[in-house]
Amino acid sequence: MSIEAIINIALFVFLGLTAFAILKLRALFAVVMLSAVFSLVSAALLVHLDAVDVAFTEAAVGAGISTVLMLATLALTSRHEKAPTRSQALPLIVVFLTGFALVYGTLDMPRFGDPQAPIQVHVAPKYIADTQSEIGIPNIVTAVLASYRGFDTLGEVTVIFTAGIGVLLLLAAFIREPEGLRVQTMDHHLVLRVVTKVLIGPILLFALYVQFHADYGPGGGFQAGIIFASAFIIYALVFGLENARKAVPGRAVRLLVACGVLLYGGVGFVSFLFGKNYLNYSVLGADQVAGQHLGILLVEFGVGLTVAAVMVSTFYAFSGQNPPIGDEDW
Amino acid sequence: MSALITDAVSWALLAAGSLLVVVGALGLIRMPDFYTRMHAAGITDTLGADLILLGLMVQAGFSLVTVKLLLIAAFLFFTSPTSTHAIANAALTAGLKPRVAESPGAGKGSAAPEGGEP
Amino acid sequence: MFTATMAALLAAMILALGRLYLGPTLYDRVLSANSFGTKTVLLIGVMGFLTGRPDFLDISLLYALINFIGTIAVLKFFRYRTLGDRVGPSGDRQ
Repeated sequence: MSIEAIINIALFVFLGLTAFAILKLRALFAVVMLSAVFSLVSAALLVHLDAVDVAFTEAAVGAGISTVLMLATLALTSRHEKAPTRSQALPLIVVFLTGFALVYGTLDMPRFGDPQAPIQVHVAPKYIADTQSEIGIPNIVTAVLASYRGFDTLGEVTVIFTAGIGVLLLLAAFIREPEGLRVQTMDHHLVLRVVTKVLIGPILLFALYVQFHADYGPGGGFQAGIIFASAFIIYALVFGLENARKAVPGRAVRLLVACGVLLYGGVGFVSFLFGKNYLNYSVLGADQVAGQHLGILLVEFGVGLTVAAVMVSTFYAFSGQNPPIGDEDW
Repeated sequence: MSALITDAVSWALLAAGSLLVVVGALGLIRMPDFYTRMHAAGITDTLGADLILLGLMVQAGFSLVTVKLLLIAAFLFFTSPTSTHAIANAALTAGLKPRVAESPGAGKGSAAPEGGEP
Repeated sequence: MFTATMAALLAAMILALGRLYLGPTLYDRVLSANSFGTKTVLLIGVMGFLTGRPDFLDISLLYALINFIGTIAVLKFFRYRTLGDRVGPSGDRQ
């Protein structure tokens, strides 16, 4: 067995063990920690399967934001999972049947890495052959994501936009601001404050690198948006939500949520006006390659803007609430 | 010849780093209470990680990869001790006592409730 | 040699996972999740060298930069019981 196969199997075993542990534990806090580990292992697995852009997304989401948001949810709900009150035989049977059907379905799938698999012979050869001449960037994933499949990505950004709006609508209805509270920041944590100050700059720089380096390496608007939001979130965690709101007001963030999608759709509309199809960037520059470059840069920026703004405003919405929990619940 | 020396140096660094990582992880499992476990985890986070990264740097030579490895080492150098400090601080403030010889059992991790009272 | 390092890292990761599962206090769990993160950074780095394409260190770099956000969030949550600013009189632990 090759080393690659052994590593794959080891990582899959880790995933299985983590998932089992998540099932077993009832303390939801431990579950949050384990799901962070689950995301770390998935990212390593995706790197090993050569899906570097996907691994990057998993890493960006799993490294901080998802833990923060899950904790914020715990703060609003409960720290322990309730024991089931009814028999679990029926769910178990349903799960087994579904699992069996899924495994049965995989029997018809082509072997892993088969060069004759439909995915390898459909449009992929065209993308691989034509990207250099038509779009002229080394990272084919970005070319496919932002140009060849620009419609799909516009759809994804719209999904994120809609999800963000949904969260804001839901949480805004339950904002409670009880009396007699005082602002509490992490004032006495000198080490944390200093290190955070040192790190916020590099994190923002790294986000810009990921955003604008996407033509050449793994990265893009989705990943960069999350990293950007992480920098603001850590500022809010250590220096206080009030200070973060002073730097980036909630209204401005909510405006940016829409601006990103608008930028993406607007770029498509401009190519419309020049008499080409929607999201055909070729007309934006002097020649086709220059136009594609500019178009990809703009839509990736739109994606980054929306993702970052949705993340920050979701965090504001979650952490701006005072969780109605008393001492006895803890 | 120089390739051999490079390989030998980087292998020595990698081996030492791997050993420290495993020792640290063993300590994380075997040590009796939270503070001693933290001590064990520190081995992995500092010397173990840095030795492995150093070994990789020697392998990579002068290239962009080495710059990235250096950055990783620098950021780990900042973040790992910070988070360890923050965890220890939080545990101590929450009333988790270290286990000491004079009062056996008094500082057992289970004696303090999770996230317990101050 | 990369294989041996890889094996060591995988072994260390499974031990950290064990401590994460066993607990017993939440601080043990934060500690082992944090340690698991460091090991993943190293694992992704070594993996690049093992497959002969050490160009994907960006992901390790990302983890090295922002993995401690989760830790900070956890600790803030358990000290102040909120990720925001406002803490009731009962939550004050100064």
